[in-house]
Amino acid sequence: MSSLSQRRSMALDALGKIGAVSLFLLRVLGQCIPALARPQLVLKQVYNAGARSLVIIMLSGLFVGMVLGLQGYDLLQRFGSESALGVAAALGLIKELGPVLTALLFAGRAGTSLCSEIGLMNATDQLAAMEMMAVDPVRHVVAPRFLGGFIAVPLLAAIFNCIGIYGAQLVGVTMMGIQPGTFWSQMQNSVELRDVNEGVIKSVVFGAACSLLAVYEGYHAEPTADGVGLATTRTVVTSAVLVLLLDYMLTAAFL
Amino acid sequence: MAQANRSMEVGTGLFVLLGFAALGFLTTQLPASGLQLKRSSASYSVIAKFDDIGGLKVGAPVTMAGVRVGQVNAIGYDTSVYRASVTLSIDRRYARIPDDSDAAIQTSGLLGANYVAITPGGADTFLHAGSQLQFTQSAIVIESLINKLFANFSSNKDSGDDKKGSSDASK
Repeated sequence: MSSLSQRRSMALDALGKIGAVSLFLLRVLGQCIPALARPQLVLKQVYNAGARSLVIIMLSGLFVGMVLGLQGYDLLQRFGSESALGVAAALGLIKELGPVLTALLFAGRAGTSLCSEIGLMNATDQLAAMEMMAVDPVRHVVAPRFLGGFIAVPLLAAIFNCIGIYGAQLVGVTMMGIQPGTFWSQMQNSVELRDVNEGVIKSVVFGAACSLLAVYEGYHAEPTADGVGLATTRTVVTSAVLVLLLDYMLTAAFL
Repeated sequence: MAQANRSMEVGTGLFVLLGFAALGFLTTQLPASGLQLKRSSASYSVIAKFDDIGGLKVGAPVTMAGVRVGQVNAIGYDTSVYRASVTLSIDRRYARIPDDSDAAIQTSGLLGANYVAITPGGADTFLHAGSQLQFTQSAIVIESLINKLFANFSSNKDSGDDKKGSSDASK
C-alpha cells in the first residue's frame, strides 16, 4: 500500500518537475527580447559559455575525429573501401557526434558554472535584492545566460565538426595514406545540405535544452552550499540524459 | 576594467567569427550540391533524356574526358516520352561542344557516385542554351546485371530436365 502511494507521489513529482521547467522556459522566453535590449549582458555570457569553451571543444573534436579516422579505417579496409573514410567520418560527425558531444561538453563545462553562479547569487540574496529594487532577476540574470548558451552551442558544434573532419583527415590521409582527392571528393559527393541542416537543428535544440536546465536548476537551488552542489550535479545528469533522449527523437524525426 | 572589457569583446568576436566560418565551411564546402555562392557564374543549360538515371543526383558533376565542365541542375520525369529529363548546366568556357555529342551516366569506382560523361561527336554545330542531347546511355544498374547473370547461369544449368526459374532467361 505504502509503496503504491510512494510511487504515485514520485510520478506526481516527475510531472510537476516537467511542468515547472516548461513554465520556466516560457518565463525566460518572455524576457529574452527585453534582455536583447542590453546586448552587453548577452555578449558577456556568449563569452563565458562559448569563447571560454573553445579550447576544450577543439581538443575534443580533434581527438574524436582522429579516433573516427582510426576506427573507420580499420573497419572500412576489411571491405576494401577505405576511400569512403571521409564520408563515414563527416556524416558521423555532422549528424551525431558533433551536436551530441558538444552539448555534453557544454553541460559539463558551461552548464555547471551557469547553475552554480545563479545558485550562489540566490544563496547570497542577490536575486532577492534585485527584486526589492523592482529589477526582474529573470530578465537581468537568467535570460542573458540562457541566450548566451543558446547562441554558443550551435557555433561550438560547427567548430567541433570542422576540427573533427580535420582530425579524421590527419589520420586517414597523413598516417594511413588514403589519397586526399578521394577522401574529399567522396565526402563532397555524399554529404548533402540536408545532413548539415540536421546537425545544425540538433545543436540548436540541445543548446536550448542544456542552457534551460542549467538556469532552471540554479534559479531553484536550495540557498545553501549543499543545495547549490546538488543542483549542479542534477544539471549535468539531467542535461546528459535529456540530450541523448532528444537526440533519439530528432534522429527518428529526420529519417 | 576597460582593458578586461576589451579582451572579452575580442574573445567573443573571435569565437563568433570562428563559429560562423565553421558553419560556412560545412554548408558551402562539404556538400557538392550545397549553397554555392557563385551559382550564376556564366553557364548554359542543355537537356538530356535517359531511360534510367540510376542513382544520379542534383549537383553531380558533368565531365568531358574526365574534366569537370558543369553539373546536373535538375532531374525530372517527362511523361510525354516516359523518360527521365536531366538538365545539365555547362560552364560557358566550354561552349564549343558538338551538338551530336553523347551523354552517358557513369559510376566513379565500383560503388561510387554517378556522374554524367559527355563524349564529343563530330558535328560542326555546337550545343547552345536549351538544346537537347540526342544520344544518351542510361546508368548501368549493377543489381540488374547481377540478376541477368544469375538468370543465365540457372538457365544453362537447368537446360536439361529441371524447370526451376528458367522461364524467361532463354533469350
